[in-house]
Amino acid sequence: MRYLIVVFFLIAPFLAQAVEPDEILQDSALELRAREISRDLRCVVCQNEDIDSSNAGVARDLRIIVREKLVAGDSDQDVLDYVQAKYGDYVLMSPPLNTRTLALWFAPPILAFIAFIVGFFVLRGAGRSRATNDLSEEDEAEVSRFIEAHKSEDQS
Amino acid sequence: MKRAFAIVPLLVAGIFGGFFLWGLNPERDPNGIPSVLISQPVPKFKLEPVEGLETLGLSKADLTDNSGPVIVNVFASWCVPCRAEHEVLTKLVERDGQRLFGINYKDKPKDAVRWLEQLGNPYERIGSDITGRAGIEWGISGVPETFIVGSDGTVLYRYVGPVVGEAAIAKFRAALVQAGTLKGASGE
Amino acid sequence: MTPEIGHFALALALAMAIVQSVLPIWGASRGNVLWMQSARWSSLGQVIFVAIGFGALMQAFVTSDFTVKNVVNNSHSLKPLLFKVAGTWGSHEGSLLLWVLILTVFGAAVSVFGANIPETLKARTLSVQAWISVGFITFMLFTSNPFDRVFPPPMDGQDLNPLLQDVGLAMHPPLLYIGYVGFSIVFAFAVAALIEGRVDAAWARWVRPWTLAAWMSLTAGIALGSWWAYYELGWGGWWFWDPVENVSFMPWLMGTALLHSAIVTEKRGAFKSWTILLAILTFSLSLLGTFIVRSGLLTSVHAFAVDPERGMYILGLLAVSIGGSLALFAWRAPMLEAGGLFKPISREAGLLVNNLILATATGVVLFGTLYPLFYEALTGGEKLSVGPPFFNSAFIPLMLPLVFVMGLGPYLSWKRADLAGVLQRLRFVAVLSVLATLAVWFLTEGGPVLGYLSVLLAIWLFAATVREWAMRVRLFEVPFPESRRRIRNLPRSSHGMSMAHAGLAVAMFGFIGSSVWKTEEVVFVKPGSEISISGFDVTFEGVERARGPNYFADRGSLTVRRDDKFITQLYPERRTYPVAQSSTTESDIRTTFAGDLYTSIANPASEEAGAEGAWTLRILYEPLVVFIWIGTTMLVLGGGLSLSDRRLRIGAPRRKAPEPIISPAE
Repeated sequence: MRYLIVVFFLIAPFLAQAVEPDEILQDSALELRAREISRDLRCVVCQNEDIDSSNAGVARDLRIIVREKLVAGDSDQDVLDYVQAKYGDYVLMSPPLNTRTLALWFAPPILAFIAFIVGFFVLRGAGRSRATNDLSEEDEAEVSRFIEAHKSEDQS
Repeated sequence: MKRAFAIVPLLVAGIFGGFFLWGLNPERDPNGIPSVLISQPVPKFKLEPVEGLETLGLSKADLTDNSGPVIVNVFASWCVPCRAEHEVLTKLVERDGQRLFGINYKDKPKDAVRWLEQLGNPYERIGSDITGRAGIEWGISGVPETFIVGSDGTVLYRYVGPVVGEAAIAKFRAALVQAGTLKGASGE
Repeated sequence: MTPEIGHFALALALAMAIVQSVLPIWGASRGNVLWMQSARWSSLGQVIFVAIGFGALMQAFVTSDFTVKNVVNNSHSLKPLLFKVAGTWGSHEGSLLLWVLILTVFGAAVSVFGANIPETLKARTLSVQAWISVGFITFMLFTSNPFDRVFPPPMDGQDLNPLLQDVGLAMHPPLLYIGYVGFSIVFAFAVAALIEGRVDAAWARWVRPWTLAAWMSLTAGIALGSWWAYYELGWGGWWFWDPVENVSFMPWLMGTALLHSAIVTEKRGAFKSWTILLAILTFSLSLLGTFIVRSGLLTSVHAFAVDPERGMYILGLLAVSIGGSLALFAWRAPMLEAGGLFKPISREAGLLVNNLILATATGVVLFGTLYPLFYEALTGGEKLSVGPPFFNSAFIPLMLPLVFVMGLGPYLSWKRADLAGVLQRLRFVAVLSVLATLAVWFLTEGGPVLGYLSVLLAIWLFAATVREWAMRVRLFEVPFPESRRRIRNLPRSSHGMSMAHAGLAVAMFGFIGSSVWKTEEVVFVKPGSEISISGFDVTFEGVERARGPNYFADRGSLTVRRDDKFITQLYPERRTYPVAQSSTTESDIRTTFAGDLYTSIANPASEEAGAEGAWTLRILYEPLVVFIWIGTTMLVLGGGLSLSDRRLRIGAPRRKAPEPIISPAE
């Protein structure tokens, strides 16, 4: 399997952020949108890079397609939908918000909330004095007698 | 109360551990991406023939009305593993009577023609995808990739990487059997 | 012959580790002093034998002994000597050996330098350390033997990945491992304390130096990795939320929480369970990192070769160590006595908030990193990506409140703080922060609100920290010699705290400047082309061929001017390593405090441009990025200052004096 992966990915390792001058759009506002969208698109042959950062052939093709679509008037969401239709959820750097990714998107606020609750209760309880292990009255008496009885020994 | 809290980390660790165990399954390929195309109709595309080749070009229409499932192979002359795969595919055509179509991905026509002259041309039709746009329509991430397309144009199977080596060939053949275009070893 | 000696030495080390796993801890429960003290000899034995093994592997690399498979896979005769040496730990097997070496060194250090630790605790700790040792050495010997031979030996090796042939990156693993291993010692202390059934302020004090050393090293290792990525990968980024980066970051977050929690346990006897749990979790996260990097569970730029068999073994290790320690925790922690009381506004409360935020952040990063795995398992094979957009949106909002509390914390006194007084003292700092942020807003040409909010908090942290330190030494309030006297008499750990907190603020300036206000130009250039960026005028002079010991290079020459004045000449390169068959980009950077001018060249992807003889030139201007490295250095220095505190060396008092009800604010 390792052989296949090495042989299959005929790409040089990490090179410069790979947007090429001939890809950059004249309209800088559109180019800015293209960059934003590209940050959300994963290069499918690389490990964890977005298409702007990868010099894989597929990444370049996708960069060009993104820009073509923007020039043609598509909205940001249209472009993302198009690529997602071809490559699946995996190509999106931020997973889409649907029932199956709810757990992921809600994890941060839920964890924060749990931390808050824990903090609240600990702080509330930390100020109160704890129940002391008081001796019962008879034990108290017995202890005092014991001390009295052995006081003389202490002095020696 | 304290005891209940103290056991939480252990429980969480246990759950994570279960997932890790699952994740280590040797069958699992952490780099593989499932194709969105499976069970979907073939994407819309129309490719001209490779310049200099007599073989006809390839488009969606050629894949939607066939008598049985066919193989669509994405290849290029600059792709080293495609060479070894070529032999396997040729055998499937000549010995097992499979129908083979090709997409010549981002290849200079001259190079492709020379490559096919050298190795032989088992393809019924070849579409010339110089820009790579058709490849994107098929959701490929590189070459080679091979698809099994049903008689009505539904994508049945996708194989990423060269169909080379016993394991890969066996897997691909099993998929062909399942598609119904290849007789199984036990005569299914 | 030497590799066989190395192999044999490892087997001997394993034998010693097995002895140390059993004898001292048994001796501790039976009160047998001889058995407990055997730990000293077995730990020294372990370190000697593992060092022999390590030396043998290093020798194989240095002499380019290609009968050893590990050397073949990771070295080449033409490689510079420094990288031959570094190749020793550049592979999975070699890095494991380094891990074990550091582990045994630390173990020996505990036995030799831990003179003031009670015998039973020390013995139990060393036994736990030996269990870890046994786990890793057997893992090495049975699945990842660095001394495997290959016959017949090839003419030459396959060379080390050229990306790794770099000084910065050569030091990155050792520093990280010192961090992880240091936390394993703290883990051992925690488990030993749970077994003993006693955690007290003295325990926290003994643990502190090890925690500090580990934390310092981990900070340095992570920073070094980031710095390397910054100048080597070619696009000026320094953090990518890659799974392997995340798994080194999580122990750091937990380790920071541990450091602070241990302070509370030491000073007030509170947070005992928290501190123990944090000690266990920090090391558990390091182990998790080891697992993820070496088992092929997740895709990552970093991962070593995929091998599920190794993965199973490590998972087994994880199950025993993490499962075992957490089970022990679940059983024994409720028995630990509660500590000192404190009010909701107090230093303890501040540190509690600190720990909760760090724990939440760790949880978020953990969940995000592992989610693709959970998703794949639960949906039967579908894949998902969780990338930087998610992590940034989740992590940054957690960190900002933390930074605020960090500025506030040192002003709070233990047990019960006077909030009104604290706010009074901070009024000046708050006003200053707002004014300074407004100044930044005027100077910059706009940016996201989050950017300015971060700037505000970074300034707040810096100003609050500096002011608190100044107040402590009564700077400008009393004659300078008096202040100087106070500085000298203040415990080093106070200086350490101020330095570290200020360091984080400084680093934040770097984080914010380089990400929010970065500018970039990407153009095709031919000799004579000119580009302007951020007030600089850059002329591309051309490219010439150059040569290194094991590579060829195309070296570009750039003349940088500002307002017609010559500033500097920069030489970015594209290197090709014929043996490894890959290329790297070597950027050239001009660094000033104001920002980095970052240049790199590449062959154009477009064929027409390439045919014309053009090159793709990429120039980035990253404001303030150098402060990231300055700030993280300050963090490490702060840790070092605390570590050198005299009180840590004296150790806990021999007889436990009754704890005063009210401690002076520190």
